[in-house]
Parts: sequence; C-alpha cells; structure tokens
Amino acid sequence: MATYKPVVVQAFPRLGERITQDTLYWRGYKTPVQIKEFGAVNKIDFSPVSPYNYAVTASSRIHIYGRYSQEPIKTFSRFKDAAYGATYRDDGNLLVAGSEEGSIRLFDISGRAPLRQFDGHAKPVHVVGFLSDKYRIFSGADDYSSNLWDIPSATEIVSYSEHNDYVRCGCASKVNADVFITGSYDHTVKLFDARRKSSVMTIEHGHPVESVLLFPSGGLLVSAGGRYVKVWDVLKGGQLLVSLKNHHKTVTCLCLNSSGQRLLSGSLDRHVKIYSTTSYKVVHSFSYATSILSLALSPEDETIVIGMTNGVLNVKHRKPEERKVKSQKKRQPTYRTYVKGRTYMPKQEDFCVSKPVKRVLRKYDKLLKSFQSSKALDAVLEPPIRLYSPEVTVAVMQELHRRGTLRSALAGRDEKQVNLLLTFVARRVIEPRFTSVLVTVADIITDIYQPVVGQSAIVDRQFLRLQEAIGKEIDYQEELLEVLGMMDALFATFTKKRATYLEENRKEEER
Amino acid sequence: MDGIPIKTFTVGSKLLALYALASFEDSVFVVIPKSGERDTFQLVSVKLTKAAGQDLEAKELSVVLDGVDASPKCIAFGREGEYVASVKEVNLQVYFFKRKQLNRFSVSAMKTKSGKNHFMCIACHPTEDCIATGHADGKIRLWRNFHHKKEYTFSTLHWHHDTVMDLAFSLQGSSLLSGGVESVIVLWRNESERQRDFLPRLGSAIEYISVSPDGTLCCTLHTDNRITIINSNLRFSRSIQGLIKSTNVKTGLVVDPRTKALVLNGEPGHLQFYCLQSDQQLFSLDIVQRQYIHQAGLNQTDLVKVAFSAQGEWLATVEEREEVTDPELQLKLWFYDEETQSFKLNTRISMPHEDHITDMCFRDIDEVEDESLILVTTGSDCVFKVWVMVEDTDPEAQQSVSWSCDFVGSYHNYQATNCCFSEDGSLLAVSFEETVTVWDSVTWDLKCTFCYSPGKIRNICFGRLTCSKYLIGATDHGFLCCWNLLTCALEWSAYLNVVVLQPDPLSEHIAAISWLSKDSSLFVFKPNEPRPIYIQRNFCKEKIQLAVFVPREEPETIGSAKYLWLRRSQLFFLTATQELITLSTKSLEERLTPSSKQLAVEESLPVTPFSLLLGKHRRHQSQEDIDLGKLVVRNKPEQDSPAVKELLHTPAHVLPSASFLCPVFINSLLISKENPSAEEVADEVEMESEKTEADSDEERDVTEMEQEDTSPVELLGEITCKLSKSQEKELRKLRKMDYSWISAF
Repeated sequence: MATYKPVVVQAFPRLGERITQDTLYWRGYKTPVQIKEFGAVNKIDFSPVSPYNYAVTASSRIHIYGRYSQEPIKTFSRFKDAAYGATYRDDGNLLVAGSEEGSIRLFDISGRAPLRQFDGHAKPVHVVGFLSDKYRIFSGADDYSSNLWDIPSATEIVSYSEHNDYVRCGCASKVNADVFITGSYDHTVKLFDARRKSSVMTIEHGHPVESVLLFPSGGLLVSAGGRYVKVWDVLKGGQLLVSLKNHHKTVTCLCLNSSGQRLLSGSLDRHVKIYSTTSYKVVHSFSYATSILSLALSPEDETIVIGMTNGVLNVKHRKPEERKVKSQKKRQPTYRTYVKGRTYMPKQEDFCVSKPVKRVLRKYDKLLKSFQSSKALDAVLEPPIRLYSPEVTVAVMQELHRRGTLRSALAGRDEKQVNLLLTFVARRVIEPRFTSVLVTVADIITDIYQPVVGQSAIVDRQFLRLQEAIGKEIDYQEELLEVLGMMDALFATFTKKRATYLEENRKEEER
Repeated sequence: MDGIPIKTFTVGSKLLALYALASFEDSVFVVIPKSGERDTFQLVSVKLTKAAGQDLEAKELSVVLDGVDASPKCIAFGREGEYVASVKEVNLQVYFFKRKQLNRFSVSAMKTKSGKNHFMCIACHPTEDCIATGHADGKIRLWRNFHHKKEYTFSTLHWHHDTVMDLAFSLQGSSLLSGGVESVIVLWRNESERQRDFLPRLGSAIEYISVSPDGTLCCTLHTDNRITIINSNLRFSRSIQGLIKSTNVKTGLVVDPRTKALVLNGEPGHLQFYCLQSDQQLFSLDIVQRQYIHQAGLNQTDLVKVAFSAQGEWLATVEEREEVTDPELQLKLWFYDEETQSFKLNTRISMPHEDHITDMCFRDIDEVEDESLILVTTGSDCVFKVWVMVEDTDPEAQQSVSWSCDFVGSYHNYQATNCCFSEDGSLLAVSFEETVTVWDSVTWDLKCTFCYSPGKIRNICFGRLTCSKYLIGATDHGFLCCWNLLTCALEWSAYLNVVVLQPDPLSEHIAAISWLSKDSSLFVFKPNEPRPIYIQRNFCKEKIQLAVFVPREEPETIGSAKYLWLRRSQLFFLTATQELITLSTKSLEERLTPSSKQLAVEESLPVTPFSLLLGKHRRHQSQEDIDLGKLVVRNKPEQDSPAVKELLHTPAHVLPSASFLCPVFINSLLISKENPSAEEVADEVEMESEKTEADSDEERDVTEMEQEDTSPVELLGEITCKLSKSQEKELRKLRKMDYSWISAF
C-alpha cells in the first residue's frame, strides 16, 4: 500500500553563469570609487608595507593615495613633462620614476624633492624598478637601451642595448638580486644578469610586449602583448607553457594576486580577466567603462585599482567579511534532552514499539490529499509562494489540471482573487518553463470570466496586460526566428564558400 | 485440508455462481443459464444426494429465482438463510423461503449527474433484516422492512464517486465495508453517514471484498490480479501478488540484466520486476512519482518505454501523458545504487522529443567502460537523438555525471520508428518509415540506407555472433528482409506477417512471431540462412504482443535437436490478454510440480519401513550412477515418480484399493535401461495433473501447448517407424519387464 505522494515541483537548472568559489570571491568588492586624474594612468604601484598606500603615475604627477582616501595624501610634481612608472622599493621608503625627458628620479616618500636623479637615457624612460638588493635600479627607455644604476653614487653600472625597439616594460626577480627582465616593442623579452655583459635569454613573444611579470618563485614568466598573454618556463630555457587569448584588444597590464594563485590581465577591450594559475582558465572577469592601462592589486587583495586611458582611477575595496551575528534566538533544549534514552539497549523481555516516522506535508499537499482543489490553489497563491517560488504555484496548477479539477478550482472567484490570478499569469506566462501550463490556465480563466468582462475596471486592466504580454512575446519570438533565419543563411553561404575554396586549393595542388 | 475432492456432483449446465449455506445442509444454490434463452440466468437449488460413490449426478433442481444477474455479487442470502435477495439493473427481488413469498422493489431508473443508479452488488446483514445494495452512481442503499411490499424503507449512504463494486458486512453486522474504482476501502459504522473510516490508496480498483469467518481479517481482490489482506481495524496487513496486470503493457518485455527478472508495466506509473522462477514480484519501482488518481476519464502519466544498459547499471524510462495539444513527455535516467540496492534518479529530461517516443536503446557493449554509454531515442517528430553521459566538472555538484543530448539526426523528415545497435556498438540502425538507415556510432555519419518493400518498417534487429553482418527488418506488409551489411544488398526475404521480432542475446537465433488470421506462429531462424530452424504453427489462439528471450542461469542439456536453440535462453510471450506463455523442453511431469513443491514432498516423507526401503533403493541407484561416471542416461521419472510420491503422500482414506495400486507401484520400482514408454508417462501425468491444483494459469497454458507436440511420441515413432502398432506395444511390454531388480537381492 502506498502513501500519499507529494506534488513534484520541477527543479530547473539555474540560468546564467555558474556560481563558483571564484565568482563569490571576486564579487566581494564594494561599488567602485572613481577618482579623476590629469591624464592617462600609466602605472599604479602599491607600497609593500602597511598601510599599503599606492602611487599613481598620471601625466606629470605622481599621486600617493591612502587606503580609503579619495584625495592624494602626497604629490610629487617635479616633472617638466610626463612621469612614467613610479615604483616602490621593497621596504616602501623609496619611490623611483622615469620621465619623458629621459631622466630617472628617486624620491623619499616622506620628502618632496628627489633624492637622486639618474641621467643617461636619451629618450623617455617608461620603465624603472628596484632590484631586490635595494641598492640598484634598472630602467628601460625609448632609446632601445636598458640600464642598471647604482643608487648611492647615482651612476650607471651597465647599459645593455640589445633591443631594437622601445623598451616599455620590465620586472626584477625577487629571488636573485642580479636578474631582471625587460620587454620591448621588438616582440622580445630579454632576461639580463647584472654580472654578465649581455642578455642571458631571449623570448619571442610575437607581438609588441606591453607588460611582463615574474612569478614570486622566479620560475615562470608571463608576458602580455597584442591580444595574447603567454606564460613561459624560465628554468626550462624559456619554453612556452601556455598561450592565452581571452581578450579581443591589446593586453596592457598584468598582475598577480597576493596568494599567487590568480593572474589578472587588463586590456584595451575594457575587461580584466582573472585566470587560475593552475589551469590557466578564466575564472572570473570584470568589465569597465573605458580601456584599461594599468592595474594593481593590494596585498591581501583588499583593493583593486584600475587606471584607464581617460584618466579615471577606479578603486574597489573589499567588503568587510560578514561576521556571524550571534543572536540568542530561542532557547534550545539542552544536549541532554537529545541524547536521553538514545543509547538504551532494549532488554530481551522488552517490547519494542517503533514510532512511525511522521512525514510533514506542505499545506497545499494536505489540501490536495483531501481533494480540496480550490483551497489548494488558494494556498499556493499566498504571497511568499507566489512571489518567491512561482514554480510551486505552477506545479500545483499542473497537478490540478492533471486531476481534471483546474477549471472548478479557478471558477467562482471574486474580483480580488481574479485580479491576483491574472497578475500572476500575465507576469509568468512568458517564462518558458511555465508557459505550457500557464497558457492552459489563461485559456480557462478567459473562458470562465468572459461573461463578466466589463464589470470591473481592475480585472479588465489585468486582461489587457495579459494580452500585451503575450503580444510582446509573440513579436519577440518572430524577431528571434528572423535572426535565426539570417544566421542560417550566413552559415550556409559560409560552408559553401569554404567547400569551393577547398576544392580550388586541391585543383591548384593537382596542377 | 488436503485439497482432494471427496465427491463430484454433475449438474449438467454451466455454473456461474455457487452458494452454500449452513442452514441448508443437503442443498446448494447455483446460478445457471436458463435453457433456451440467451443471457437470462436463474438461481436454482441443487439437492445433494447422499448416495455412495465418487461421481454423482445431481438431478434434483428447483428454481428459486428467475431472471437474476450472472455476477455472483448480485445475489445474497439473508440472516440464517431465511431469504435470498437478488438485484438486476434497477430491480431488487427478495424471496422468503419459509413463506415462499417474493417481493419486488425497484429504484426509478433516473440518470443522475454521476451516472445511472443501477444496482451493482448486494450484501445482507448477518443478524438483522437489512439489505445493503451498491449502485453504479456510487450510492449505497440500506433496505429495511422489506417483508412488506409497500411499507419498505431505505436509507442512503454516499461517499463513492463511482460505481460501488462490492459490499460486505462485518461478522456482527455493526459495520459495512464497501469498495470501488477509487481503490479506497470505506468502513461505515452503525450504518450512519458520519461514522466512516477509510483505508485509501490500495493500488487499484477493488473488485471483491470478503470478510474472514472469525471477523479479524478482510481481504480485497483487485483488478490488477492482486489480493490485499487487511486487519479489521483497517490496517494494511499484506498483499499477495504475482504478475501485476496493467491495462496496457506499453513498455514491452525487458529483462533486467542484474536480477534476470522480467520487467514491464506494473501498477500505474510503476515498473514491476517479476521473478520468473518464483512467480513473485521482486519489487515495484515508482517511476512517475506522482499521486495516481483513480478516476475514469483522466489522462494520467504512464510509463511507455524502458531500456537497461548491458550491465544493468543504468535504466532509462520514458513517461508520457496525452494532452490535447501535444503529449507531455519525460525521459528519466536511473542509476543503480549499490548501497540502497535500488535505482536512483540521475537525470530528468522534460520534453526530450516534441512528439511520442517510438523506441529507445542503449549501446550495450560489455567490455567498454561506462563512460562511453550512449542512449538513442527515436521520436515521431522525425528525429532520433543521441544522449551521452557528461561528467560534471564542478566539484560542488551533487552528482558527478548527468546526461545530455549529443546529436540529433533525421532522414528526409520521415518519422523515426525503431532503433537498434549492432553487437559491437559500431553501427546504429534507425528505421524511418519505409527506410532503414545505418549510422556510424562514432562520427554519426549516415553510412547507408536500405529500402525494400511496400510498407513501413515494423521491427529491425542486427544479427549476433557469427551473423553480425546481417540486419533483419520486418515490414507492415508482411515481409521479412535480411540485408548484408558488407555488400549492402538484400540477402533474402520472406513473405511473413511478423508481429514480433526478437533476437536471442546469447546466440545467433532470432525469433519471429507471425499473426495469420486468428493464429500466432513462431519461427526461429538464423540470419545467415533463410530456412527457419524451428517452426511452431498455431501455438496460440490469441495475438502475441511481445516476446523476450530470458537467459538461463546455466545452459540446459537438451536432448532433442529441435530445441537446441533454447539451450541458453528461454523464450517468453505475452498475449493480448496478458497471459505469459513460455516454450518448455522439459518433460511434462517435471514441469507440473514446481520445484518448491517437489522439495516439500521430499521432506514430508514419513519414516516408514516402506520409505526406508525406498531410500535404500535410491541411494543404491545413485551410487550406480556415480560408478558409471554418469554415462548412463538416468531415468528421471523413475527416480521421483509421481506415482510413488502420490502413494506415500495421499491420505489413506482417499486411496484406491491396494490391488489397484500394486502394479503401479511395482512398475515404478523397476529399473529400465531405456526411456519409459510414452504410455507410461502419459499415465502418470494424468494422475498428476488431476491432483495438482497449484499450477497457475500460465502453466496450464504451457501444458496445452506442449500437448500438441508431445515429442517423446514423435521420437519413438521415428525409431520404430516400420513396426505396426501392436508389435510396438509388445516390444514395449517386453522392455518394461526388466527384472534386473532381482539381482539386487
């Protein structure tokens, strides 16, 4: 003998992108703060020490922003022309920046005037940085050369002129104090060792290199240029590990998150893509209003700062983690209550009376069990079910239809209830998962309440709304069909062309 | 209760119902057709004479009531047999035996909203003068004071929304049980509308209700071939069920590879797993998972297609509900869960096709891993779809695999009707109306098409093992065609109206069942030769709907070359009236005693000097067998001959005289070196079949069928074909007189 079977509510797969751990993590930022700079932001660099201020290089100034400040807490503006690539030293005390006039300036972040100035490049210097021993600076300039400077004496140690186009990006190894890399518009990335007179390794990226990055371990190198982001294994002599093509415009900047598990790339196509460094698949992406030039992520991923071509600085702060509110809701029975008698072993002479498991039925199921169709329909038209789980309402309607009692359940309702029903139907009838059932319901309602049309303004308005919704949906479907037809035509011509093209090729080969 | 008839009375006409009452010791009441008139029946009392002898003729008939209904539910006897009440259509008649008075009452034949108010059944109160009648419109009327023709009264109880099928009073008469199509037992207390209890959801419509004489139990008989036993406090106790009868076996006969059980439609929306060996339902799997509403005229979801993967790991089911616009379809895929030992729903696909699904099959390859499982469905919407298993990459998903559509194929907008995979799984054959298309199952390219024939393709199947290069198809217009897949040409064709085409999964043989004007015939053939290896003409008067080969647990040793094709699997048929039939090769008597019963007989042998002697004799014989290395074909009937069994088992008071039994017994003890003569076998069988009651319908069918070709007779006839009948008899007698048992002393 069977027990009552509750109504099966169809579960539909969730539409849209799948929610993963990553999406949740990267969505956990507040709405961005926009700061207007004077020109395109070419470099953003976070101070490696708390409180993690960041230096923004735009136009002829370097602004230092605090964590939550919208106004710069400090400004370096001793540049005659544009400043480039302001970078912090590991200890966060010194800042170095290149400039349009070819000189490199070193600032103490507490002072205003430059501590040192390194002259020697003939053309603008777009990239500068500290080697990890803190006493030397590397630089790359538009005169195709990359130099190494000594800070205390402010002199040039060595100059490499191996690139044959502008040097626009570079990066120093954190593991070895003598190693740094530069990327150039001549499509190559070169690895230099300060102890050698020439480059140690050359990697062909294939496009003008816009940004390079070394993994903290120093073993992997990431280069960005053109639409490609490529990952190379340095220890294997510069072998290509993976080539990523997820942007549709030039990739301008790269950045690793604090844990080193995710790689971020920003591009002129207004998107930031986040890759997993294990699978090299895009796990999340952000989109912005204009093309992105620079990108930085603060330690612990607290802040994402994006610099754009129109001079806007976009700052996103992480939402504080929601602490679980300990609310003293209801006094639960003590633990003893639950375990009482659970471990009791029945003796041999005891009679065991098993308690039947009580199944809790929903209200509509109880009503359906006792064949009260109208009341069951009323139960699922209550606000929480109707608004938040319309699939339950529709499932009960379908069940009533299956039982042949839908008509009687819908009939005999007053103005308010009819209004409610029609609102629900008009709103949900265009959802594909409900359409088949709700069309039947709409049919029956129109059948039943046809004679009373014109008696109530509210109901009439709902009928009009329903008509409108259905009309819109029909137009929409027609349009979609048209698009489908167009696409079919395009595909057909494409395959035909390709076939003829292949044939021609073959003929030529035969000749 | 030994189930042995004491006396047999011959009445001389068809008996439709029988009533025996405590107050009429020397007579019984029967319903017989009225002589000379069709469809009129009368209730007569039959005087049972106390004359000696077993077979008697009951001649003293006296008509009690005329014009009664043929159904036994329509007549009931009142308190202590004082009166008898009968209903027919809108009339109720009550006959009082003592006063010899007949009262007639009738309800006005009005048509209410829910139907006519005809009488359907009747029950009488055991202690009071009260008659309860059930009506077609769901009402129950309680009649009182019916001694008077005019001043009678009745009250009405109404709960049923459809016909009341049967009524029964409890032992004391304090409560009344009623049942009907709703499959709810209603218990009315004190004959009042208010006080009633229910036992709902009994599975299917209730046909009969009866209460046990001590009043503790009641049982209901359902339309789906099932008996439910219920405690008097309306608690379900247990049910007795074999093969559940469903209105329409749409799923076909399928064999579960895991349990070797027969799988087909059971209760509405359920799949029954029926064990052929034990005649029991193993379990019933709820596929639709919706409340079934027992009401006429509703379109309920029903199961239409079932397929198992080769290992029984996966089960695919299709359920369907007819709608005015288009059918509501669902394809469900179930995974066998080892832990719970049952199938668990894995994927549910709504509307897999836009129209009815016509066929479904798994690509069943034993060697290949589960990942490459493929399911193909064909639909009336002119496409076939290929479903594959996809692994879910998301680690948080509840299940690691699910099914999704991989390929949709069509052919000139013809309806796809059948699909079938070749044995190695490399080819898929799909029939589109009149054309068979063959597809590569890796690239889903159309390889070739076959077309023969006027008429649409009804069945297709690939040959197996040595015949795997052949494709067999049967068409509507009665052609059976065999195509060679290597040459892509027609190999042979035969004119045969094939209804069912069933390949044996373990051999090359294919069974084709044809339907030719009122008779079904069976043809078994191998695809590589057009000549059938076995023909059984007209073995069933009914139309065979379905057939299936069920693999045997171990290959059987079959002597006759005629039945060699049944060595590894057994063939079962289902007729239009849902009778399950099988072809058997065993000799009759072995089959007639089910194995469980044989065992019982063995155990219940009383320890007597006689049985000890018998045991010794048997042991001796079995030793002999071992010595000879089982080269000697043992004579089975002798070893556990029913004659001996009957002799030891039958109570003494019903045994015939000893002088009659002696020759039978002595003969059965004789060891003959050859097969027993057909006569002897037939003798024993007759004796057996008379006394065996337990054989179910299907087994009886088998006997009938088998008797048409009693193979031993034929065999014997072939050997001694040149001898005349009398000579043959002489020879046989000589053979029987084997006195080798003397040497044992």
